[in-house]
Amino acid sequence: MSESVEDIEIQLLLDAVYRHYHYDFRHYARASIKRRLLQALAQWGYESISEIQSAVLHDETILPQLLNFLTVQVSEMFRDPSYFRALREKVVPHLRTYPSLKVWIAGCSQGEELYSLAILFAEEGLAERTMFYATDINPAALKAAQAGVYPLDRIRLFTENHQASGGQNSLSEYYTANYDRAVFDRSLRERTVFSDHSLVTDAAFGEMHLISCRNVLIYFDRELQDRVVRLFSDSLTRGGFLGIGSKETLRFSAHADRFTDFVRAEKIYRRISR
Amino acid sequence: MSLRAVVIGASAGGVQALSQVLPDLPAGFRVPVMVVVHIPPHKENALVDLFARKCHLQVKEAEDKEPLAPGTIYFAPPDYHLLVEAGETLALSSDETVNHSRPAIDVLFETAADAFGSGLAGVVLTGANQDGAKGLKAVCEAGGVGLVQDSATAEVATMPDAARIACPGARTMYLDEIAPALQAMTR
Ligand SMILES: C[S@@+](CC[C@H](N)C(=O)[O-])C[C@H]1O[C@@H](n2cnc3c(N)ncnc32)[C@H](O)[C@@H]1O
Repeated sequence: MSESVEDIEIQLLLDAVYRHYHYDFRHYARASIKRRLLQALAQWGYESISEIQSAVLHDETILPQLLNFLTVQVSEMFRDPSYFRALREKVVPHLRTYPSLKVWIAGCSQGEELYSLAILFAEEGLAERTMFYATDINPAALKAAQAGVYPLDRIRLFTENHQASGGQNSLSEYYTANYDRAVFDRSLRERTVFSDHSLVTDAAFGEMHLISCRNVLIYFDRELQDRVVRLFSDSLTRGGFLGIGSKETLRFSAHADRFTDFVRAEKIYRRISR
Repeated sequence: MSLRAVVIGASAGGVQALSQVLPDLPAGFRVPVMVVVHIPPHKENALVDLFARKCHLQVKEAEDKEPLAPGTIYFAPPDYHLLVEAGETLALSSDETVNHSRPAIDVLFETAADAFGSGLAGVVLTGANQDGAKGLKAVCEAGGVGLVQDSATAEVATMPDAARIACPGARTMYLDEIAPALQAMTR
């Protein structure tokens, strides 16, 4: 089938966003990007994707709104509890042997994954020796992550997940309820650096012991996944751990040989030491 | 028409209905089949095992970036949308729910319509919501064929009814007519 006009317009829009703002969505999985742009189109009442392109080039206040369509902010605390259980039972014993630790949560969205790990590390007595790096490209999401406030009606799910992940305390020890919001303790993020960092266009972070990057690679095409897997390998210490989403895999990556399976079922890998 | 792919959506009563469709696809059916069934998010996917035992075709859970293979039935995993990319590979995403569902039938059907155009057949079975209606419309608008389960024999008629209204050109069928109709389209 020949390329449709809409597909051409989408390519041009992504080129424009990259050239003008340096946000690079050109190698994101296209079917999902297309759906999300068509949603933006319907919601904003424009006639065509080209009109979005014109609007975002001439009015920079449109960019944050467009980012909210182009990135997906779906997350949960202790999402896939068995992943966090595996970290607790299998990875933590190795981490304990280090006097100081660096943990990178890449694509941290609104902080759910960060707070999950911060709680897990606190419960395992590792919090004091750990620095967390929480990064994302969506400034609104990063700001929410920094605030650590979630609607109270999500807490029930978070609590169930925390228990299922092997949580030692009650989740309620880590937040205070304020009307319809749960405000997580600031002590949980005392040792966290939040930063705007793109896995697509920015450089490696140094000497991490654990990188948790879940449900981000799934949005990238194969080529881009390769770049990012390499970036992770360059950012890990020898023997460092990488955890990805439950439906993601390093199997097809050109850099798979830099990692070994550590907990196969939970998609936890270990950088080989050479 | 020369059939290149099949998409199927089912919700309440869907497992029963699919049991009367998928096992009837013969071993020589050389087209990929992608299926979305609404299932609760935190459940293990038992559908693959169930249908692997009943079907002549290979049955598996869809994986991200997996190239489509002929004669294979792919189920969307719980809590992920299933999409088709240009170039006939599958993709998963954890985008927001659509019609309160993830996986959503509309997401699969719309992206498959984009990838396969007139080579696609979309099948909407029993269900208690409207998911699949917009998707089937997209299938038909792209030149594909719509098949909808006969409402009187559907466990819940809401979903097939909605699909028929959105896509008046769709053919109404009894469950046991669907596999033979698909088979006929491959010739
Ligand atoms: C679906 S959320 C995943 C949230 C969390 N990690 C989880 O698994 O629940 C995907 C996140 O990746 C972020 N993201 C998308 N592209 C990115 C990039 N190039 N670099 C860093 N983060 C990115 C999005 O802004 C979004 O917050």
